[in-house]
Amino acid sequence: MRTPRTGGLMLLALIVAAIPWFLPNNFYFEMAILVGINAIVAVGLNLLIGYAGQISLGHAGFFGLGGYCSGILVATYGWPPALALLLGAVGVAVLAFVIARPILRLKGHYLAMATLGLGIIISIVVSTEDWLTGGPDGMYVPPFTLFGWELYGEAVWYWVIGGLLLLAVWLALNIIDSPVGRALRALHGSEVAAQVAGVDTTRAKVRVFVVSAVFAAVMGSLHAHYAGFVTPTSSGFFHSIELVTMVVLGGMASTFGAVVGAAILTVLPQLLTGFEDYEMMVFGLILMLTMIFLPQGLVPTLARVFKRRDQGAGAIPGVDEVDP
Amino acid sequence: MSLLRVEQLNKSFGGIHAVQDLSFEVDPGTIHSVIGPNGAGKTTLFNLVTGVYTPSSGNIFMDDQPIAGRPAHVLARLGMSRTFQNLQICMNMTALENVMVGRHLHLDRRFLPAMLRLPGIVRGDRDCRDKAAELMHFVGTGRYLDSDAASMPYGALKRLEIARALAAEPRLLLLDEPAAGLNANETAEVDVLIQKVAETGVTVVLVEHDMKLVMNISDHILVLDYGKKLAEGTAEAVRHNPDVIAAYLGAA
Repeated sequence: MRTPRTGGLMLLALIVAAIPWFLPNNFYFEMAILVGINAIVAVGLNLLIGYAGQISLGHAGFFGLGGYCSGILVATYGWPPALALLLGAVGVAVLAFVIARPILRLKGHYLAMATLGLGIIISIVVSTEDWLTGGPDGMYVPPFTLFGWELYGEAVWYWVIGGLLLLAVWLALNIIDSPVGRALRALHGSEVAAQVAGVDTTRAKVRVFVVSAVFAAVMGSLHAHYAGFVTPTSSGFFHSIELVTMVVLGGMASTFGAVVGAAILTVLPQLLTGFEDYEMMVFGLILMLTMIFLPQGLVPTLARVFKRRDQGAGAIPGVDEVDP
Repeated sequence: MSLLRVEQLNKSFGGIHAVQDLSFEVDPGTIHSVIGPNGAGKTTLFNLVTGVYTPSSGNIFMDDQPIAGRPAHVLARLGMSRTFQNLQICMNMTALENVMVGRHLHLDRRFLPAMLRLPGIVRGDRDCRDKAAELMHFVGTGRYLDSDAASMPYGALKRLEIARALAAEPRLLLLDEPAAGLNANETAEVDVLIQKVAETGVTVVLVEHDMKLVMNISDHILVLDYGKKLAEGTAEAVRHNPDVIAAYLGAA
């Protein structure tokens, strides 16, 4: 296969392993951890947007639900964090499954609007139900513990998130290069062709929607534990847009693109701290410029440039295909 | 027993009766063509049989099982496959992957094993890739094995669609104008290809404009005009049918 699965995964593992040597202090560790969290959500979202061709403007809602589920169950009810995370993932999976069928029958703008509405509903609920969620101020979330061992310190978190990132990328690459994944890409390319080949396209879309929602929910839980608090912003519209921008900038239908997109768009705002008020404007601008100048996204575009350079001038596609 | 049986089929769009009281049968192992002037209802009939449209009334049977209005992915399970007049190639995939999609129903379609890339998935995909490559050679697109579908010329894409349809190992293959947009050479190649397909035991139903192609290869021809059956029979019988000549040449 032409997909650079093993090579890319090895490279990513090397980068994850090497980065700590270059991080001077905890501030940068924190940034790297946030990159990892966002990258995992983006990798999941890319399965839906990039590969299956279905937009979602509400994925931050699932991220937020995961976070609040952990916050409420652990802080308020004293559940073990791992169990809360699991229940959050299952709960979001069920929610996504129930709403996916009506929502995914919509196409294009309608699907975008429906998922947008879903995200907004979730974000309103978590910011108004004060008694449960602490309202707009958010709520405290205790540290993550597993069998009495507490996940503590930037370095430990870094390795956990780094490991999960590799796992997420591996899972995503596996899905894409399998019958299920080809069915997803096929329904993106031509829905009717996929159906004729025997693909139950509704079912395929529902499943990938659920999987991408679960990616977001799990990371939402972990993020809440890592940050020590969860606020309605995490489930808000702007966060959804950020996630979509990561996928689009990095490259739709490119798993490594989603990682690169997440890295750039997580680090950039930290470097532009002076421009805090304009952050959303910068994101919007990046999204627009990407759509206009790099519609394929960064990684696929670069990959093609390198491929062309490798092949040299000898083989220009199209030339030897003229009719005799 | 007939493989496909259409009984008293009707389809209207508003006041337009696109297909009226149409009945016919397709015997297994034959090449069955549907012809007719523009607007005769050929494509509507095709869409009715392949589950795109639901009939206003009437029945369609495959192996005596009613299939009218069943969705395409269910029909695929029964052994029906089709190609499209306006190509439906997945341009976001390679040529080979397009054909591999055709084998969907023969592969392990579970999500979890795919996600974990269990050995069964790897093995299944390897076989699938070999079979798909074989089919690409069979339809004459072997040189595009490593190509992206988007970089292939039109004529090759038409044949790639046939390869994808064959990958499902259908018993009934419906071809919607396989020669549309092809030059004389390419049409002759498709002609040979369809006969080759029929020889493997696949029943072929063909909607086609190209008279030469139809007359050459069909065992049985159904002529439609204004949504109704105008004539039916062998190529020879249809060619000399005065109604057919009138419909085509516009005689009174």
